[in-house]
Amino acid sequence: MKKLLALSIILTALFAFSIKENGYKVGDTARDFALKNVDGKMVSLDYYKDAKGFMVIFTCNSCPYSVAYEDRIIALHEKYANKGIPVIAINPNDDERSPEDSFDKMIVRAKEKGFEFPYVYDETQEITKAYGATNTPHVYVLDADKTVKYIGAIDNNTKSADLADKKYVEDAVNAVLKGEEVPEKKTKAIGCTIKWAS
Amino acid sequence: MKKIITVIIFLSGFIFTNQLFSQNQNIKIIDVPQLEELMKPTSSQNITVINFWATWCKPCIKELPYFVEAQAEFPEVDFIYMSLDFEENATRADKFALKKGLNPKGLYLINNLDYNSWIDKVSPEWSGAIPATLLIVDGKKFFYEKEFDEGELTSLIKQKLN
Repeated sequence: MKKLLALSIILTALFAFSIKENGYKVGDTARDFALKNVDGKMVSLDYYKDAKGFMVIFTCNSCPYSVAYEDRIIALHEKYANKGIPVIAINPNDDERSPEDSFDKMIVRAKEKGFEFPYVYDETQEITKAYGATNTPHVYVLDADKTVKYIGAIDNNTKSADLADKKYVEDAVNAVLKGEEVPEKKTKAIGCTIKWAS
Repeated sequence: MKKIITVIIFLSGFIFTNQLFSQNQNIKIIDVPQLEELMKPTSSQNITVINFWATWCKPCIKELPYFVEAQAEFPEVDFIYMSLDFEENATRADKFALKKGLNPKGLYLINNLDYNSWIDKVSPEWSGAIPATLLIVDGKKFFYEKEFDEGELTSLIKQKLN
């Protein structure tokens, strides 16, 4: 009987765990991290003392949809870093499953594109799991207290920034800067799966 | 001389029509309303498999042979391959799909980049990552955001057929 009880407790726990939705929802407080940047230094959100927020972007070298958004990510940082909301780009992919996304290749890509923002590697994938990122590119806009204000896509046209008539991340960041409600808090977009370590 | 000209005209005409034929694509470029139409059950007892893929998506390409296997094993099941390539790459997607042995009648490309407006219509469970596969069984939807392993899809269909 005891055995059966123990088993049922374990099963219930397993079940509860498996149906628990992973990752952050809008309104949650995001955790900080210490991840290695392409310049060799560790990057943490707390390091930015005067930040009014962050654009945490899960992206990588290998995904064509991430590549399609690279120039827009650069533009977002250019536009908002000096207003207090920088881009922090995180590569979530396991480099064994996706060799294009190794730390060394990240350094190459950051140099090629002249990234002015950190491009860090989540080698253990712990942060990616904690945030609940599912695809690349996947954006989390945080305010100064690391409260999640927006989760989703950069805009509504992967192919062309000019053709996008909804700029989700810009709208969210503008709202955070003004202390207003974010108009669209969660969006979805087609992207590449995160390459999880097996 | 006249003969030669006739032959040249004849030959060039032949080459021209031949080119026209080779440009004839199987892949159908569609928008959201047609996708919604495809997701509607045609009859009870019917299984439709809709696979969302793209030529640039490595895990998608990896699982395609398992879909081809399932196509052969279940002729009664409708297999639809919904490419998420950009419209200008339709020819490439078409050629690629044929080379891989995908059902030519089931080839579609959805040309709507406002993804947030339609991802939830496929399934609220879908984050937008591909590969993703939707099974429609007797009008019920079963959604899988994953890369299928060998044999996984066939056993899934078997299970749904019972």
